[in-house]
Amino acid sequence: MSLALLGQYLVNGLMLGMMYGLVAVGFTLFFGVLDVIKFSHGDVLTVGAFTGFATYLAISATVSVPWLQLIIISTAAMLAMAVLGALIARFLVLPLRAAPALNTLLITLMLGTVLRESVRLFFPDGSNPKPFPALLPRDAFTFGLFTLRLDSVILFVAGIAMIVAVHLVINRSKLGLAIRAVAQDGETARIMGINFTFVVLVTFAIGSALAAFAGVMNGLYYNEINFGMGLLLGVFGFSAAVVGGLGNIYGAILGGFLFAGLQTIGAAALPFASAYKDVFALAVIIAIMTVRPTGLIAEKTSERV
Amino acid sequence: MSATTKPPSRLPALGCAAAAALYGILFLHAESQLAVGALLVAAAAGLALAARFGLVARARDSIGAHQPTFDAAAVIGVLAAAIVLRQQHFAILMMTTAMLLMVAALGLTVQFGFAGVVNFAGSAFLGIGCYTAAVVTRYTDLPAILSLPLGGLVAAAIGSILILPMLRTRGHYAALVTIAFGILFKTFLEVNDTLGGPQGMQVKPIVAFGWNFGRPFRAWDFSASFYFSYLLLALALLAFAFVLVRRLERSWIGLSLDAIRLDEVASACYGLDIARWKVFAFTLGNFLAGCAGAVYGHVLGFIAPNNFTFADSLVLVSIVLLGGIGNVWGVAVAAVFVVMLPEKLQMIQEYRFALYAVLVILILLFRPEGLLPRPLRDYLPGWTPKTPGAGA
Repeated sequence: MSLALLGQYLVNGLMLGMMYGLVAVGFTLFFGVLDVIKFSHGDVLTVGAFTGFATYLAISATVSVPWLQLIIISTAAMLAMAVLGALIARFLVLPLRAAPALNTLLITLMLGTVLRESVRLFFPDGSNPKPFPALLPRDAFTFGLFTLRLDSVILFVAGIAMIVAVHLVINRSKLGLAIRAVAQDGETARIMGINFTFVVLVTFAIGSALAAFAGVMNGLYYNEINFGMGLLLGVFGFSAAVVGGLGNIYGAILGGFLFAGLQTIGAAALPFASAYKDVFALAVIIAIMTVRPTGLIAEKTSERV
Repeated sequence: MSATTKPPSRLPALGCAAAAALYGILFLHAESQLAVGALLVAAAAGLALAARFGLVARARDSIGAHQPTFDAAAVIGVLAAAIVLRQQHFAILMMTTAMLLMVAALGLTVQFGFAGVVNFAGSAFLGIGCYTAAVVTRYTDLPAILSLPLGGLVAAAIGSILILPMLRTRGHYAALVTIAFGILFKTFLEVNDTLGGPQGMQVKPIVAFGWNFGRPFRAWDFSASFYFSYLLLALALLAFAFVLVRRLERSWIGLSLDAIRLDEVASACYGLDIARWKVFAFTLGNFLAGCAGAVYGHVLGFIAPNNFTFADSLVLVSIVLLGGIGNVWGVAVAAVFVVMLPEKLQMIQEYRFALYAVLVILILLFRPEGLLPRPLRDYLPGWTPKTPGAGA
């Protein structure tokens, strides 16, 4: 295989890994505070991307500077999804705290369907793919045979910045302390005077904003968005979060890159069957789960009898 | 106490079955959206009134006390509805589909209703049955009716790949294993040319003992839709699965499964082999789904990977959950609800998936235990202990 192609696979894999990682961080944050899986996460990503697109349509006439447009679009998408995430937590996830975990899973899955169908039905001509504007510079560097596009670099750096920001919020701020406290033991955190509901809502807002960011990123990278884009991204992000070990942010990011890496290896190294890349990646995920049943970076749990 | 009180009469149970059959006929027959809407409102109002006047409780007691009678009445009700609607292909097809999904959902009931083994790949196992039927009719000379047991066996065999990961993981991690498997299965079908790729495969109709299931049904001077033979087959399969699952539930096996679901550690302390029972429940559930799938493949006549998406697995899970996890009659009610409602709500054509999802959300919010919650280990139906508050 030529070096150029290999480089292309590498860049593509890194971008995918970043997106999966961002989605997975959301899953893992929600699981941390409430021990629930919010499966509408992938569709929140879709709605985020479409919000960004709608914002672009609204402002493209008045604002013409691409980077300003980009900032407005991302901010609008992330804010809107933060609100949506908090609303979902408030009205669908928290009321079901006493019910079995399966119910939460199903209710958020159904909400995902509602969101997906709403985009398809209510966004003008929503059932067809939409061309996402290319707002990033299209310059490319050439190293010998291998071409690196500037927009990929910018997106990747932005993704890393986002992850660092989440890391700082969780580990360095007072809010992050509260989130970690709730994640460790909700009851005790309450006794210590932490506003449990508020912390949960904020956590869902942060996770959903990350999904919106990943959605905009996806749109910028592929220059196309459609109503079903979140479905597989959600499932792959969930796989990443679980393989990494639920509740652990670094595990989620590791899982994201691992999953993307597996897909890339499947596409690049299985010459007889590159179409089987997803089959390969998922099979390896199942195998990993067999060997390490609670993920690569396991939760610290002890069985209480 | 139970010696002195009169056992509940059979009438409410029979009335229930008759009313359900009649309603089903009317509902399937209803063409205009107005009629469908009116029937839905009537059902809601009727149920609310019946609950208000204690009829629901009486019906429940009566059904509990006369289970064989009610079972027979239910079968007769289905047959009666099928005979009335015999010329309407679509109505017969929907009834058949609902019954086959019920069988698959009964499989899931054994898995996570009884043993607590989650399975989010229900449609994958259904699909394995379908594709087995397709392969049997296309690549082999075996009689097509054999695809029915073969579908189940193949589903159980392929499911056994998942046994090790399933036993090692739990909770959300176990959910991921089955979700990953379901998506893996669909992706595999899409790229595998032997199995037709994304275009799918044709499934030839069953021909058994000179009887072609794909032709219009004809016996003496009774003629019916070409789905009618499949309806009878589905009904037979459903009856078998239903009896099997309910016998299982009441047996010592069911007791073991319940114990394992409720507390693994305690069950292990009492000497239950957890791995063995989980494997048993998982395999039996996949077998049932596979059998249902084989018939479903023949009914559809043409199958494609898009019939077995993650969303379809969710439909199966929502049938089990909406019915009330572990309740076999709940599965029946929920399957009918899930199959017929979206099809009948044609007025909202495009909006039906969204509306259906909203409906499920509302049920989960306001009736989280499902439409018919399962009475756990209810050995003597209708019997309540004397101590107040300690209901069955």
